[in-house]
Amino acid sequence: MSAPVTSPQGQAPELDTVRDWKNPIIYAIFAVVGLVGFAFNAPGTTATFDISAGRDAVQLAPVVVPTVPVGWACALILIAIAVFSFLQTQAGRKDPRWMPIAYAIVFVVGFLVWVVGGANKTDVSLVGLLAGSVTMAVPLIFGSLSGVLSERVGVINIAIEGQLLAGAFAAAVAASISGNVYVGMLAAAIAGVLVSVVLAVFSIKYLVNQIIVGVVLNVLVSGLTGFLFSTVLSRDSATWNSPPSLPVIQIPVLEHIPILGGILFRQTIVGYLMYAAVIITYIGLFHTKWGLRVRSVGEHPKAADTLGIKVNFTRAHNVMLGGAVAGLGGSFFTLVSVSQFTKDMTAGQGYIALAAMIFGRWNPIWAFFAALLFGFATNLRFVLSILGTPVPGEFLAMLPYVVTIVAVAGLVGRSRPPAANGTPYIKG
Amino acid sequence: MGRRVLSVLEPDHRSGPGLTRRTDWFPVLKLELEGITKRFGSLLANDHIDLVVEPGEIHSLLGENGAGKSTLMNVLYGLYNPTEGRILVDGKPVNFKGPGDAMDAGIGMVHQHFMLIPVFTVAENVALGNEATHAGGMLNLEETRRKIREISDKYGFHVDPDALVEDLPVGVQQRVEIIKALVRDAEVLILDEPTAVLTPQETDELIDIMAQLKANGTSIVFISHKLREVKAVSDLITVIRRGKVVGTAEPSASTAELASLMVGRAVSLTLDKEDATPGEKTFQVTDLKVTAANGHRVVDGVSFDVARGEVLAVAGVQGNGQTELTEAVLGLQDHVSGSIKLEGRELVGRSIKQVLAAGVGFVPEDRTVDGLVGPFTIAENMVLDMYDRPPYAKGLGMKPKVIADHARQKVEEFDVRTSGIESAVGTLSGGNQQKVVLARELSRSLKLFIASQPTRGLDVGSIEFVHKRIITERDNGTPVMIVSTELDEVAEIADRVAVMYQGTLMGIVPGDTSRDVLGLMMAGMSAEDAKAQPRTEHPMETGGPAGIDDRHDGPDDESGERGGDK
Ligand SMILES: Nc1ncnc2c1ncn2[C@@H]1O[C@H](COP(=O)(O)OP(=O)(O)OP(=O)(O)O)[C@@H](O)[C@H]1O
Ligand SMILES: [Mg+2]
Repeated sequence: MSAPVTSPQGQAPELDTVRDWKNPIIYAIFAVVGLVGFAFNAPGTTATFDISAGRDAVQLAPVVVPTVPVGWACALILIAIAVFSFLQTQAGRKDPRWMPIAYAIVFVVGFLVWVVGGANKTDVSLVGLLAGSVTMAVPLIFGSLSGVLSERVGVINIAIEGQLLAGAFAAAVAASISGNVYVGMLAAAIAGVLVSVVLAVFSIKYLVNQIIVGVVLNVLVSGLTGFLFSTVLSRDSATWNSPPSLPVIQIPVLEHIPILGGILFRQTIVGYLMYAAVIITYIGLFHTKWGLRVRSVGEHPKAADTLGIKVNFTRAHNVMLGGAVAGLGGSFFTLVSVSQFTKDMTAGQGYIALAAMIFGRWNPIWAFFAALLFGFATNLRFVLSILGTPVPGEFLAMLPYVVTIVAVAGLVGRSRPPAANGTPYIKG
Repeated sequence: MGRRVLSVLEPDHRSGPGLTRRTDWFPVLKLELEGITKRFGSLLANDHIDLVVEPGEIHSLLGENGAGKSTLMNVLYGLYNPTEGRILVDGKPVNFKGPGDAMDAGIGMVHQHFMLIPVFTVAENVALGNEATHAGGMLNLEETRRKIREISDKYGFHVDPDALVEDLPVGVQQRVEIIKALVRDAEVLILDEPTAVLTPQETDELIDIMAQLKANGTSIVFISHKLREVKAVSDLITVIRRGKVVGTAEPSASTAELASLMVGRAVSLTLDKEDATPGEKTFQVTDLKVTAANGHRVVDGVSFDVARGEVLAVAGVQGNGQTELTEAVLGLQDHVSGSIKLEGRELVGRSIKQVLAAGVGFVPEDRTVDGLVGPFTIAENMVLDMYDRPPYAKGLGMKPKVIADHARQKVEEFDVRTSGIESAVGTLSGGNQQKVVLARELSRSLKLFIASQPTRGLDVGSIEFVHKRIITERDNGTPVMIVSTELDEVAEIADRVAVMYQGTLMGIVPGDTSRDVLGLMMAGMSAEDAKAQPRTEHPMETGGPAGIDDRHDGPDDESGERGGDK
């Protein structure tokens, strides 16, 4: 109870500044990295970014940027922001909200120009880079939505990994047997729900620790699908593990918009469902009666109960809905990116989806962008290894994550999970 | 009970066909509880309780801590299923499967611990469970806002529908709870200890609101431990002891009569204590400044000292820095400057463990958050700060038998009402939880005893007991510092009173200073100016200052009480 002292006479209470130097220090460290890397060690070449794909209606000329001036410009902007942040903190003011985002964008631009300019092939398709990021992000986004749906009602969902993997497996098998991709998608959603049913029963009804149930489920699904893969699927993969691929649907006209067309409007149905799911979940959670009740259950279940809202019913429902969403996301692995199931093919993406959900502060829209950032990071690594940069691959693979973690954990600020997250509700 | 105003309740008391049928122009509802029994395991919380609430009546429930008042109300509200008994609404038996059914029948409840979602706005909280929607389930908060404004204007609530609940003072949160019930057309409103967390001025405002509600035909079930309030508002008082109705009383009954009926023995409402014999001033606070995490200076240059064998009460309206002051002593605050000395040793900058080891006993303001571990047993909670040392532990092991014996003895000594020392503390009634904290803190030898709101939520009998214990501690030669917002309590036990306002002390005055002077000081007047003021009348005799909070200037504010701003 540290209610601020309110003053009846209307005079402002005396402010003592509690200065937090974390942000300016982080800004300064990375500004130095930028200065040494992008500016002093600029490769001296030019970097070429293609911004039009062949199918675009308007063909834009590639952007050719000289690495030295751009490197210096980026480094100086980074330094300027760091200095500005120091002054703000000194004066006891808070940084404006756009600052971390602007800083991150400038840093990424500087990094890209530096790394592409120094590569063997100094020419990269920007559209390809971004479109690839979205592709990489699709299962992450579905996974993080599953997390949001479940944790907003107060059930911790570590089982995203298992839901994705079960979805991938079910989609591969069902689509192979039926020869129909849509049957595969349906099966994936059902498989996700089945995993969630176990989560719901054990964590809501039997009050088992939710994190433990989640981890056990992941191991269980991994073991089960791995076993079936090696005993059944790989013996006769023509019957069991050769699903047809989902067709790419191009939206007429829109797909020809420069840059955006290639990123947004040349997707499989799973990709479009992803956008729809993000928007529907967002509107559902924050603008409907359903969402109000869902959030109340995750924040203060007892209060919800006193208003006649069925807490455990709502919880079970949402956890299962989340399972369906994540299962569908799992179908992306076997029906879109790779046309067959392999053992443990989700490779920890479920945990990254969980991180995206937390970084996205349990909000579908922010989780979407956080997942995109991770997708971008993953894709950048592939693109750069194709371009052949002198930077060690492991380092490249790591750097975007470092930036992400620093930016989100350090600069975005504290995020607050639903208050009753992880706490079972026992009626008195 | 042969007293004039008391009548032993007969089973069929006032029953029969409903007096008034519901009509559209004057909604009224008659509520009858018949033989309600509720067991929790072996514990009989309600034992065949009969209660009739007439339309438009304010019916108070009085009873000790753990008597079963909240349990009875939770049964009435559909949260608990009664083990036996039935509820009748307008003469017809009803079966509530959940609070939804109770609300549909016209029953609304404001719980002892508020049931609001802190991160939601007022409108969202009011809408929840009773949402106005557009097509497709889209929320229509505009409709809810309109209703909130309507009710707010009608009763002078001054509630902003778009404010976040966690930013609101408790008094306003309580109005949000009342709005929640009114929006659902509640005709019977249950208020479970609504005044326990209110400032005296907020209490006066609540009492006005209750009168208005009653004038509009709403009946109210009112639960409070403050006999003065109960007498001021009630039409009828029902007294419950150990789960049974022991009688009813008219509000004209004297406070002493009510108290003895409630506790089952005579309670002395005034504490007889020796005059203090202050000794050496062993606890000294000099120029203490505390800055909260949000940058507000919440304690601003406070200096005082407490002598051995003396009780210093820190009085003030909630939120004027008292909490932070006690937390600073304990080492719970981060940004502290100045000096806090106990027997010559500096406490500023020490860890909580070191402060406790220095002999400081502490009863925190919010027992459920800071004082107890809810799922732990009573026995474990009794030794929370001593579990790792003799006689409760030897080497790395704890000694369960010693701990249990200790707990049994303390439960006996402090009269904690429980089914056993192995019960989880979280299942105790509010007042009994407080006794556990007190029992723990007072069971070792202390060099300083600090208690924040030591009797919040306690019944009269327990208050008497706690006050005695505090005085005993004083007479043992311990310096005692009490933080209280209750002027009654301050007047009862303080040898000196320090009044805190906006982080500073308005002065330190003798314990027998009049309530009016203290009230004015609590509103920000210096001790000299306050003593020079002419006496003023208080609307409900609950004492304390009015007009502290500029957010709700009710029509009843008397200009004479508006602090010094004339
Ligand atoms: N959920 C529960 N499980 C077990 N026992 C309970 C539970 N709720 C209440 N009790 C017990 O029932 C008895 C009555 O409690 P109740 O909360 O109704 O008391 P009360 O009259 O409201 O007291 P107070 O004035 O302290 O709030 C107490 O002994 C309490 O320990
Ligand atoms: Mg109670």
